[in-house]
Amino acid sequence: MPQDLGVRVRIAVASGKGGTGKTTIAVSLASALADDGERVTYVDCDVEEPNGHVFLGPTFERTENVEVPVPSIDAARCTACGRCVEVCEFHALALVDGGVLAFPELCHGCGGCTLVCPEGAITEVPRALGVIEEGTAGRLRFMRGRLTVGEAMSTPVIRTLKKQLPTDGFVILDSPPGTSCPVIETLKDVDHLLLVTEPTPFGLNDLELAVGTARTLGLSMSAVINRRDAGDTGVQEYLEREGIDVWLGIPHDRAVAEAYARGVLPAAEVPGYAEGIRSLVEEVVRLRTEEESIR
Amino acid sequence: MKLAVTAQGPDLESEVDPRFGRAAWFLIVDAETGAWEAVDNSSGVNAASGAGVTAAQTVIDRGASVVITGACGPKASSALGAAGVKVIVDAEGKASGAVKRWMDSERDEVGGS
Repeated sequence: MPQDLGVRVRIAVASGKGGTGKTTIAVSLASALADDGERVTYVDCDVEEPNGHVFLGPTFERTENVEVPVPSIDAARCTACGRCVEVCEFHALALVDGGVLAFPELCHGCGGCTLVCPEGAITEVPRALGVIEEGTAGRLRFMRGRLTVGEAMSTPVIRTLKKQLPTDGFVILDSPPGTSCPVIETLKDVDHLLLVTEPTPFGLNDLELAVGTARTLGLSMSAVINRRDAGDTGVQEYLEREGIDVWLGIPHDRAVAEAYARGVLPAAEVPGYAEGIRSLVEEVVRLRTEEESIR
Repeated sequence: MKLAVTAQGPDLESEVDPRFGRAAWFLIVDAETGAWEAVDNSSGVNAASGAGVTAAQTVIDRGASVVITGACGPKASSALGAAGVKVIVDAEGKASGAVKRWMDSERDEVGGS
């Protein structure tokens, strides 16, 4: 039953290991929820290499620049006291030859140098890191961050993106791989984490890291085992030990990979895959019912 | 004049460390007297980012005017360049040998001109 009760359920899709099927699951789930008439927003947080648009084909209506304030040093005022260099956690400043040299690409924009400069020699100038783009893809709201090629700092782009999440409906956040800062930024404050994994030793190793991260963040979790018949039983046994429910196991199927390679949602071509996604939809709708009862 | 050589260990018999910012040690050698000291760079080895700039700051603060290493990244190079430090790359073998080779080439240059 389509409903809009003003409840927001934010579900992050993450994996630890790259290439397990995060994006395929995230876009498939978002699309199936929208087909059911749910209000749903797909958010591509993998800002270094967003690819959800390949499957969902959005039209963008709004673009916003993401900037960080970086120091600009007035050499005439600078006395080379070095306090700004000392305070910089990211080594974006160096004291050389009686002056201060700034490396903007290392600057996280904390403003510490400006605060400690006794001469008022530092002013902050904006530096563009990337963009936030927002639009629609059929019945879906579509949002993504995109880091400018050559930039290394994706966290501020994800932070800006997350400040703009809608306040109701399902919000599906497609996480970057790994367990470092960009992933933490994506997972912070979500209502549930869906871990997409694969039954290989590599999948297990990175799954353990992802579960450890999620436990630290205090997140509720469940798992999808992709290509469930392809490897060994290590992942299954680990999830049982950890008490993490497996919401879906997807059999290895060349047809899924072929659809993916053409940028087509596998559910459109593989009936078994569509059924699996249906069961995921049921789980997240049940999750919303739980969220409603808590509030 | 002081030289900074990147090394995998804390003495001149160690191999040259091929990386500048993430070198294990910096050996600061006085070219006139041969006196030297070892500077631990384990904080640079483990730094998430900014290792090159920090390493450049370390050798600049120690008064080195030449760096001998395997390779040096763009940010470290520009910091060293701004301080007028000359960077010699592609060094390998023992640190003592790399220092000697540099001193010999300098002598040849001076003698030949």
